[in-house]
Amino acid sequence: MIPLNHYLILSGLLFAIGTAGVFLRRNLITMLLSVEIMLNAVNLTFVAVGRYWGTVDGQIITFFVMTVAAAEAAVGLALVIALFRHRETLSPDAFTALKW
Amino acid sequence: MDGSVIGFYVLAAVTVLASLGVIGQRNPMYSVMLLIVSFGGLSGLYVLLDAPFSAVTQIIIYAGAIMVLFLFVVMLLNASKEEVARTVALGPGGMRMAAVLSVLLGIEMLWALSRVPSSWFAQDPSATAISDVRQIGIRLFKTATEPGEQWGHVFAFEATSILILVAMVGAVVIARKERSS
Repeated sequence: MIPLNHYLILSGLLFAIGTAGVFLRRNLITMLLSVEIMLNAVNLTFVAVGRYWGTVDGQIITFFVMTVAAAEAAVGLALVIALFRHRETLSPDAFTALKW
Repeated sequence: MDGSVIGFYVLAAVTVLASLGVIGQRNPMYSVMLLIVSFGGLSGLYVLLDAPFSAVTQIIIYAGAIMVLFLFVVMLLNASKEEVARTVALGPGGMRMAAVLSVLLGIEMLWALSRVPSSWFAQDPSATAISDVRQIGIRLFKTATEPGEQWGHVFAFEATSILILVAMVGAVVIARKERSS
């Protein structure tokens, strides 16, 4: 039996990778993909802790997180398409019209 | 060594390496493909955690539906190359700072989570109770008929359906082509 710590560490590592992706990439699609990595890291925590507590609630929350992620991906990608129509680029540095 | 221990380390390595590949790629197409590999590894980890329902939904919803949506957009925008930014708002110093901060976050998480004592959690409860999809369904849709009884997650489930509807309408409205008047 693998101790719970290992799952938590793996999930923390994945979350840090996702954060690094949001910080470092200059592409809107890759940034959205990094957000998906972060959501999945949290899902892994829910399932692992639910397993060690012996309840199914972790899996139920994972199910809800997945549906919310689907909604987020749909709206986020619609925004990416709308932005691409305006500026013909995916670099977030091009969308600074609201910057003070 | 136990088979499940080897399985855990192999799947964890696949997941982490594929995720690193996702953020190390210049081509979004390869990023999406590598993220599907990473989700496959995670789904294997869910199987090791006696959560077959989560493993299957991970493959069907994430790898099957959401990633195909991403792939459609990558192909639709024909954005197979990340262009070199003409004016990087952050600048090279800012990028270095961001890299240092994310590495720090990773180290902090590793340090904090490795200190969680295993005694906080019950020692290996029986797996049959939580790997049963029937139990998940009962917990999700349970309605209280008597006063003292606990409700399931019915309200959250219905709220999710409204959220999906709103997201669908919103996506159609946002991505619609504006008519030139």
